[in-house]
Amino acid sequence: MNGYLHLWLIPLLPLAGFLINGLLGRRLPKPVVTAVALLAPLASFAIVAVAALNFFWHIGPFASVLPYTETCPIAWISVGTLHIDFSFVLDQLSLVMLLVVTGVGLLIHRYSVGYMAHDEGYARYFSYLNLFLFFMTTLVLAGNALVMFIGWEGVGLASYLLIGFWFQKTTAAEAGKKAFIVNRIGDFGFLIGMFLLLANFGTLTFSEIATKLGQDPGWTGGVVTVIALSLLLGATGKSAQLPLYIWLPDAMEGPTPVSALIHAATMVTAGVYMIARNHVLFDHSPFALSVVAIVGAATALFAATIGLVQNDIKRVLAYSTISQLGYMFLACGVAAYSAAIFHLMTHAFFKALLFLAAGSVIHGLGGEQDLRKMGGLRKKLPVTFWTMTAAVFAIAGFFPFAGFFSKDAILYAAFQQGTAGKALWFVGVVTALLTAFYMFRLWYLAFFGESRSPEVHAHESPWSMLGPLVILALLSIGGGWIGMDRFGSFLSAVTGPTIDPATAAGGKSLDLILSAVAVAVALVGWYIAHSFYKQKPERPAKLAAAMPGPYKVLANKYYVDEIYGATVVKPLMLTSTYVLGWVVDKAILGGSAWLLGGLATFAGALLQRWQSGNIRSYAAWLAVGAAAVLLFALVPWATFLANFGIHLTMAGN
Amino acid sequence: MNSLLSQQVPLVCYLLLSAVLFALGIVGFLIKRNLITVFMSIELMLNGVNLSFVTFAHQWHQVRGQIFVFFVMMVAAAEAAVGLAIIIAVFRARATLAVDRIDLMKL
Repeated sequence: MNGYLHLWLIPLLPLAGFLINGLLGRRLPKPVVTAVALLAPLASFAIVAVAALNFFWHIGPFASVLPYTETCPIAWISVGTLHIDFSFVLDQLSLVMLLVVTGVGLLIHRYSVGYMAHDEGYARYFSYLNLFLFFMTTLVLAGNALVMFIGWEGVGLASYLLIGFWFQKTTAAEAGKKAFIVNRIGDFGFLIGMFLLLANFGTLTFSEIATKLGQDPGWTGGVVTVIALSLLLGATGKSAQLPLYIWLPDAMEGPTPVSALIHAATMVTAGVYMIARNHVLFDHSPFALSVVAIVGAATALFAATIGLVQNDIKRVLAYSTISQLGYMFLACGVAAYSAAIFHLMTHAFFKALLFLAAGSVIHGLGGEQDLRKMGGLRKKLPVTFWTMTAAVFAIAGFFPFAGFFSKDAILYAAFQQGTAGKALWFVGVVTALLTAFYMFRLWYLAFFGESRSPEVHAHESPWSMLGPLVILALLSIGGGWIGMDRFGSFLSAVTGPTIDPATAAGGKSLDLILSAVAVAVALVGWYIAHSFYKQKPERPAKLAAAMPGPYKVLANKYYVDEIYGATVVKPLMLTSTYVLGWVVDKAILGGSAWLLGGLATFAGALLQRWQSGNIRSYAAWLAVGAAAVLLFALVPWATFLANFGIHLTMAGN
Repeated sequence: MNSLLSQQVPLVCYLLLSAVLFALGIVGFLIKRNLITVFMSIELMLNGVNLSFVTFAHQWHQVRGQIFVFFVMMVAAAEAAVGLAIIIAVFRARATLAVDRIDLMKL
């Protein structure tokens, strides 16, 4: 049987959920809101799961093979030679991504039911969450760059709405604005990339671009590099990479499940997905690829160092997210796209878990986010503790947790890329050390020792929240066992072949050595955290006091926000206030409007006298007018003027 | 054979009379205050035009101008009916027929 997959249902069902809860949510009883909100992602996940069963294990009704394209029968954009269809494509890459998005999305929806239970904006929250899923699945399924851009902008909108969900809080509203504006800079790059694609290839469809690039080996460097770098700018905005990462830490103002879903597991990985989707372009430009790798490595290290000293539990996780996204970019930069997607998947599991567990801690402490006021929660929040432990071990890269496999795949791929690759590998390893340190720091500070705010009675979260935690914990433990080999060969149809350790230089033993190094480094990080925060809790303060300069720089996040404030925001504000506000708006625009208005008033005042209301004056003007017309018609002006040497040329002459 | 009229009185005299009547109408319209006099001035102008119509119709031996005169008369009669009705209404409302006083539409 060759049935239809109905890909369009995957985004459209969450859209329906958004419309129902968004329009009627306030009047519907809460259980109905919950049911609608949960059914939408559940149904989407079910469709994706059926597709996955079909294409992974060939159990299912569809005889078609990947990639499976679905195009809207109505032409979308058709102008001259430009034809853009509204098309969805399901291939290995989008299938994996969809599983992550809808699967993790479903779990986080479930978790939110408990987390947001007492919030006034319950229905609004879920309508936004469903809206996010709609746009995210559109982004993932997109068959061309324009459809992807719709999803891309849409997730930005959903992100903005959810960061500023508690809009009564000034910080939240401003964080939402910041995220939106910083993303706009990235979107500019994406747009430029699209324009250049249209100008040079005449199409935005990913598969056609790949075909055209493949047919003509002359496409290297030059314009391809510019396109790739423009797309990279878009990706750095969405995926919070240097230099556009600054919005993500502030985005933690949103509800914690939002941070888990949008700002950790799914939306921020859209940049990685976009690069993987357009990898043919990047493959044709070694320069762009190296830029991707450098951006990734630099971000990974940079964000990890900031994460070392943050005291807000969610901010630690935010910087860790930026750092892990840097790993994915690093993988893309060494053309190990399947490794990047593999890490994207495992990261979605353990980072979503970390955020949800942090949310459970915050929930249990009645809104406390400061690590310095936690401590000793191991006994009070046992389920949260154990699931968090799984996530911490996963992100630190311990065997056999999920993070080990994906991080290892990335580091291995980087190590294979010559001398520069070794440098990238080294940065990756240092970052792994830092990652292990700050994650165990969080672990020790939150769960071990004595409670540092004994007046708060911590309570374990309800099972509606713990259920998703347990499922994600299982995925964080076992998710890596798919193995890079199987994962890479499955994705190879889209992302190209991966390096096989068995045949590569150094063979299987090199792979083992590199894994051992990574685990050893993680152990060192754990040990340092242990000695700092478990054995001698006074040590960190001493170290900070011994090195006040570096500590201050880190605690203030390298003053990047301040630098941007001074170099970008401030000049823009000044220009807006004085040049645009005073000169352009008030003086030029306002002045000309005032002048025109005055002119009209003046002319009106003059002409007003004509409207005397006196019938006889009207009649006189009428008579004068008639006389003037007669005069004009009867007097032979041409002859008259000819006397003075003026010659009128008539139409008839 | 020429008619008695055209033999004895040249065409220009009729046209001059027509112009004089029309000009009198205009002047009356402009300087008179009483609405009824103004109204009569309009009739005067119409009749001045009518006279020139008839003159030209005779000159060119065409009946068209004469027919037009009937149209003008008809319109003038209709106008007189409507106009007088308006004048009565105005007089009832304002108790005056002075044109200068009827200036409610003034800004």
